[in-house]
Amino acid sequence: MSALLTDDQRMLVDSVAAFMADEGAIARQLRHWRDSGCKDGFGHALWKQFAELGLTGILIPEPQGGAGLGQAEAGLVLEEIGRNLTPSPFLTTAVVAVRALDGSVQAERWFPGIAAGDTVAALAIDEGSSHDPAATALRAERQGNGFVLDGAKQFVVHGASADVILVAARTGGSPGEHDGITLFAVERGAAGLEVENVTLADSSKAARLTFARMAVDGDAVVGEVDGGWAPLSRALAAGRAGAAAELTGVAAGASAMTLDYLKQRKQFGRLIGEFQALQHRAAHLYGEIKIARAAARKAARLLDSGAAEAELMVAVAKAKAGSAARLAVQEGVQMHGGIGMTDEHDIGLYMKRQAVLDELFGGPRFHAAEVARLSGY
Amino acid sequence: MTDLETFRSETRAWLEANCPAEMRAPMRGENDICWGGRNWQFQSDAQRRWLQAMAARGWTVPDWPSDYGGGGLSPAEAKVLKEEMAATGARPPLTSFGISMLGPALLKYGSEEQKRRFLPEIARGEIRWCQGYSEPGAGSDLAGLQTKAEDRGDHWLVNGQKVWTSYADEADWIFCLVRTSSESKHGGISFLLFEMASPGVSTKPILLISGNSPFCETFFDDVKVPKDQVVGEVNRGWDVAKYLLGHEREMISGMGLGGQGSLGAAVAPVADPLLRAEIAAFDVDSLAFAAMSEQFLDELKAGAAHPAMPSLMKYAGTELNKRRHELVMAAGGSDTLEWDSERSGGGKAAREWLRTKANSIEGGTSEIQLGIVAKHILGLPGA
Repeated sequence: MSALLTDDQRMLVDSVAAFMADEGAIARQLRHWRDSGCKDGFGHALWKQFAELGLTGILIPEPQGGAGLGQAEAGLVLEEIGRNLTPSPFLTTAVVAVRALDGSVQAERWFPGIAAGDTVAALAIDEGSSHDPAATALRAERQGNGFVLDGAKQFVVHGASADVILVAARTGGSPGEHDGITLFAVERGAAGLEVENVTLADSSKAARLTFARMAVDGDAVVGEVDGGWAPLSRALAAGRAGAAAELTGVAAGASAMTLDYLKQRKQFGRLIGEFQALQHRAAHLYGEIKIARAAARKAARLLDSGAAEAELMVAVAKAKAGSAARLAVQEGVQMHGGIGMTDEHDIGLYMKRQAVLDELFGGPRFHAAEVARLSGY
Repeated sequence: MTDLETFRSETRAWLEANCPAEMRAPMRGENDICWGGRNWQFQSDAQRRWLQAMAARGWTVPDWPSDYGGGGLSPAEAKVLKEEMAATGARPPLTSFGISMLGPALLKYGSEEQKRRFLPEIARGEIRWCQGYSEPGAGSDLAGLQTKAEDRGDHWLVNGQKVWTSYADEADWIFCLVRTSSESKHGGISFLLFEMASPGVSTKPILLISGNSPFCETFFDDVKVPKDQVVGEVNRGWDVAKYLLGHEREMISGMGLGGQGSLGAAVAPVADPLLRAEIAAFDVDSLAFAAMSEQFLDELKAGAAHPAMPSLMKYAGTELNKRRHELVMAAGGSDTLEWDSERSGGGKAAREWLRTKANSIEGGTSEIQLGIVAKHILGLPGA
């Protein structure tokens, strides 16, 4: 399994890079929706364009109307999304939800809308301020043919815009255990579901959800009752690998902006890029980003091949990409000096996006602990 | 079955039949590395048989042309061989500066006669080489070297001193940078090969902080070298030197990996939660670097690697290796500080820890590598 991109993957990168740099550019999307106070934090017209390019269905199998490509290709799209800070529900919908629903009866219900760019999906997993899926405590009690959900979720990215929310709930076992979790597909506007739309630091939206004895049908269950850990971990692996890819794009975008600045900004009568103190830090950062990207791409390839080491590499990738991107945005703002602190300049937007993506689906410490656990110590 | 699959199954069967059991046990230290050369004493019969069996197939240098003692394998086949050797647990049959540094430079810059004369004996492990680059006044500023080679009509006359010549006292030959013109700094250097047994060559070991001495000072006093032992053009040796340094940096960056696996698993259990967290963070970086190394090797094979990438790999790999050994020492506590006890294997952990500190100095310091990346990859301005 080569680490080099295939010809098809290169063509995908070329077309997606041009699209994101143009249609998905910061001024056109992120700043536009932020400054117009948009409820969704992204543009539905752009999401439709994603569909026309075949991106929304990138992971949906061909017989079900998708492109039938893999995590590797989704990661390449996410690198370009990250580089341009393009706001969209691609990660939550086209990657996480598709992986969660894949192979379930729910897939038939939701895949056509996702492929068409009409449907937005969200994953409701975190209950506290730190990511810890096994700690799921939100209760789902049997009632007749269905269930009644009681509890709360937070950091549900695109939760208020979603047509369907995948909710992890506990039908058995105790918090901390993998068994006894069930995944439900809850539709928009369900009675008993209260949605508080929250704007995050990076201007994206993530809802807090309250489930007050909310009733769902039995056929809302994705996969098996008590066996939700399987589709959930599949979705989380895809989401983590995807977030890692997007983070490497954020890092690359921030560092490209910073390098340009080092090559044109003069101080003390010299280009600041001539100073060795900055050169060495820039070179170190370049290496960290290359390493993180290699890890993220490897994690994606391993997921696609179904390799046993995929879980370990996903944790490595998410942790490493988070740290590398953190360094990239911190160096970015610092090397820009005062101008980097202004809202007018884009470099600060990279810092805010990095912080959100870093926390999403677990930060570097969570994943370092996963690496320790999976390595047996 | 594809040709590659056939090659894989045949290779697996051959390794199974020919790799002695002792050569499948993990290496325990320096003595298990087979260096070859006239002065080499095999540590076991198995070590000797393993080298001979591999050399007979050209598999000590699988991707070199078979005309020069190599295996003539395609990049894909060479990768399969590497994977199958790893699966068998087979040790490298031969480690040498001839294979990792001089050979690639000769393949690119050597004359046909030089290739036929030197490469097969490198492949068979018959000649051990050392590298005469650094000088007391020219370390990181390599091109500042002063060792002189004068043209005396039918030979070169070499005078000067080298330093940090690894294993000079064990080597049969030296590949050496000498000044053949003082007109320009980089343009007056030539790349010369000669025998360490030549009259006028002497060596003196340098004792290191680890208590070991792989390095030597090397002195040349009126050493006569035949005219046909210059590689490439006279005064154009800097090109050869830089090309070779790229290979040296790849080799050293490999030390950051070494198939060492999870540090946490190796030193477990670690009770201190703060140390455990540092070790887990290290394992993240180490596994991510391994992914980068795989990618770099694939790029090299495809001819797609940036020429300055070995500098980045060397920097990242060696800094990682230093960090690993700092953590090994921390996890081992006072046990690892024992310098001479049997329990500590004669201070194995401490000596290895101290040895790694040279990683970011030898082959060009970390600062030199960062400067190369800044200028040649990132295109930052300035000299």
